[in-house]
Amino acid sequence: MCYTTSYCRTRSILSKSNFLLMAIALLACGVAKAQSPTYKVGRPPTEAELHKWDNLVGPKGRELPIGSGSAKEGAPIFAEKCSFCHGQNGEGVGMYPRLVGGVGSLNTPKPIFTVGSRMAYATSIWDFINRAMPVWPLPRDLSPSDVYALTAFILYKNGIIKEADNMNKNTLVEVQMPNRHGFYPDPPQSKPDDADGTWLPLWEHGPDWKPAAK
Amino acid sequence: MSSKKTDRRSFLKKSAALAGLAAGAIPFINGNALASVTPGLVKGEAEAKVGTAPEEPNIDDMLYGGRSSYEKTVRINSINSPAGLRNLTPLQDSIGVITPSSYHYLVQGDMHVPNINPDEHTLIVHGMVDRPTVFTMEEIKRLPSVSEVHFLECTGNSGLYHYKSLLENVKKGRKDVSIIQGMHGRTSCSEWTGVPLSLLLKEAGVQKGASWVIAEAGDNIHHAKSIPLMKAMDDIIVAYGQNGEALRREQGYPLRLVVPGFQGVCNVKFLASLKVVDEAYDMQREISAYTNTKPNGMSSWFESQVGPKSLITFPSDAHKLPGPGVYEISGIAWNGRGKIAKVEVSVDNGMSWTDAKLQLPIYSKAWTRFRLPWKWDGTEAVIMSRCTNEFGEIQSTMEGLAKLWGDDFKPAIPAADIEKWWETAPITEFLNNPIQPWKVKADGSVQDVLYNKLLPNPFYPV
Repeated sequence: MCYTTSYCRTRSILSKSNFLLMAIALLACGVAKAQSPTYKVGRPPTEAELHKWDNLVGPKGRELPIGSGSAKEGAPIFAEKCSFCHGQNGEGVGMYPRLVGGVGSLNTPKPIFTVGSRMAYATSIWDFINRAMPVWPLPRDLSPSDVYALTAFILYKNGIIKEADNMNKNTLVEVQMPNRHGFYPDPPQSKPDDADGTWLPLWEHGPDWKPAAK
Repeated sequence: MSSKKTDRRSFLKKSAALAGLAAGAIPFINGNALASVTPGLVKGEAEAKVGTAPEEPNIDDMLYGGRSSYEKTVRINSINSPAGLRNLTPLQDSIGVITPSSYHYLVQGDMHVPNINPDEHTLIVHGMVDRPTVFTMEEIKRLPSVSEVHFLECTGNSGLYHYKSLLENVKKGRKDVSIIQGMHGRTSCSEWTGVPLSLLLKEAGVQKGASWVIAEAGDNIHHAKSIPLMKAMDDIIVAYGQNGEALRREQGYPLRLVVPGFQGVCNVKFLASLKVVDEAYDMQREISAYTNTKPNGMSSWFESQVGPKSLITFPSDAHKLPGPGVYEISGIAWNGRGKIAKVEVSVDNGMSWTDAKLQLPIYSKAWTRFRLPWKWDGTEAVIMSRCTNEFGEIQSTMEGLAKLWGDDFKPAIPAADIEKWWETAPITEFLNNPIQPWKVKADGSVQDVLYNKLLPNPFYPV
């Protein structure tokens, strides 16, 4: 099918072999273009900038820093910096989130959503404490070891690890969260549904519904 | 100024100052104190003055235009518990398809809206790229730009979870809450201007094997969201402009993501970092929130595309018709997939439907205004709208949604079951796009018959 007139004209003018050569040349251009920037705007980051922003921690834990901590070490830090909102034992205060309990409750008439009952990966807990806690206007001064210790404390209070278990970049990724397999699709889809071009969920449709290939 | 007002003002100032203190006790731990430092909760004085020019303005007063003092429409503060800042768009007074930036809904995950100096702000693109790159704002604005009209909608908009909060607010005596604004006001539509995200990613050179981009904010809570690379290469905008001017501070000034058609939480504000990776990163706001848990305990995650949705904005429960006669039924329709193709309106409780006139041009993944003249005879009538997108996908009733999502839905919930139902029904929270019927009563007042049908509002009888 012809999409543009210029393309059609080109095609009709060119002989078959010339067309092939041109196609190869165009393809080469395309590759070269993909490998070098078009506008050459911006600059490489400094080491400090890379360090500052390479702070997101995914399920594989590749970005986790050196440091370690146990629930025992986490308890006094939690009492000082977290309990004001989350309660002495992670039970939550007022509208501020409960962190502990509810494991096994998600399919009951009264599900309890906590870090322990809901998270799929322990790395998500480390990541959120590290980047977002404590909340403004409190000072953000937790060291990596503090964050490991606080994560260990929350995991321990949820009965997921033992009080003396040491959390570090190797042990944290091995923690099996109770709700690890409570999500679908797993892994989450990184492409739209091939059949109709939608990203979940699907909606009602009538007889004139047109599946659209992306 | 009365002494009462002075007292409240000085209290507000004190509370704000306390909240700014970095050390010691948290002043807003108590919900009431928090409400007092949260703008918008106190009605009256503030509302009357918001955005207006002085009574006798001189030319300097009008350097940045204010509205007539006869116009009093404002966003309202969230009906939800105030952990974080929320402001809801006054849809009942919406005109056309553009939401003025001052009316754009606001959801901020914490209590702090940063004020970032654009001269110091940078965006870093890193991770699985050939050339990790830092862009200044000046550099971003030098690149080829696009302007597109797109809606944003909070994931929880129209969710029954908010209805529960709304009833609690009304019970406490709050007077400024309507269903149209309180339940549906987490959507707005703007013209966004910026650089295509695909352009920045191509400049940095995305490596083979990459499949997700994690966008991270430079605000205090470092909101982060995993976005599929395919979507990033499709139509996402790294925006610095909104409705012909710079982004408003609370909309992510100086730079934000606009992810067309995807739920609001993806549209990361105060954008500072884009990391290209090979898997979703399971951030807090994609696991412990923004997932849909079903009755069997399994949760769907990374659901993203907003479904076909429409809403009659006039007449709605914020209005009262003065008497029988001709009115223009007007509303908005939107959807996360392509364009709105059709909006039908019923004025007889869904017995018959008429195609409404759609405002042109129809933008993709944007609000579409629909209009239909209506002669009201002064008798009780139930009016509603439903829309269809260009792919033939249709807006459902609440019952239809429940069926679609395998929900345990009951049209009228026994009082004894209500607490259990709030906790367990997935449709209480996310991605709700039900048909919203309004009942125009004989006296001209208008009432909600969607949420009210599920759980009668004792303060608002049908």
